Amino acid sequence: MVYLYVGMAGACGAMLRYFIGITLLTGSLFPWATLITNLAGSFLLAWLSTSLFKRISISPSVAIAISTGFVGSFTTFSTLSVETIQLFENQHILVGVVYILASLVGGLFMSRLGFKGGK
Amino acid sequence: MWINFLFVGIGGFAGAVSRFAMSKAFNKKVSFPFGTLTVNLLGSFLLGMIVGAKVNEMIALLFGTGFLGAFTTFSTMKLELTQLYLKNKKNFLLYIIITYIGGITLTFFGYLIGMIC
Repeated sequence: MVYLYVGMAGACGAMLRYFIGITLLTGSLFPWATLITNLAGSFLLAWLSTSLFKRISISPSVAIAISTGFVGSFTTFSTLSVETIQLFENQHILVGVVYILASLVGGLFMSRLGFKGGK
Repeated sequence: MWINFLFVGIGGFAGAVSRFAMSKAFNKKVSFPFGTLTVNLLGSFLLGMIVGAKVNEMIALLFGTGFLGAFTTFSTMKLELTQLYLKNKKNFLLYIIITYIGGITLTFFGYLIGMIC
């Protein structure tokens, strides 16, 4: 049953990511949509896991569906990798490097923020 | 338009379930998150192939944005890094290096293979 919940939540997370991808700053060279999605999701997952799910009574299946299913599918790593390769291929080396660093450092910062906010 | 969302949703369902199954199988009792690492490296390689092969839009939405987008994850990787940082600084650095350098290198090879196919 938990697989069904994870799948349904995962479908919602993927569709929301797609929606943001086709609406947010689509004209920009910099992949803002993926970066914002990934940073927001990193904060959300850390905060949910260390705080909210420990404070409210929620069934483990629903908690896994929201964290692993929804937030896990909302954020993505493969798109980040492909966007970086495409930036490099089109000679936007600096933009690609900035994108990687913003994801790497920004993601750690947001996760830590959610983690600390939860403690 | 709505059919696009349906394709992404179906792919996302399968991607999330596959990732969940992989993490259950790999993340057991070891201090290194092999499950997430495996899905992220494998998914990056496969997405590189799909993009390199310039598949049609519906297949790209179903397998690319939907399945592989949901199969790979960023938030779980960051949470695992945050936890590793407190426990094992060496594994923390190792996890960052393998994920980013490995992921981007594999995407590049996938992309090249996709262009040839």
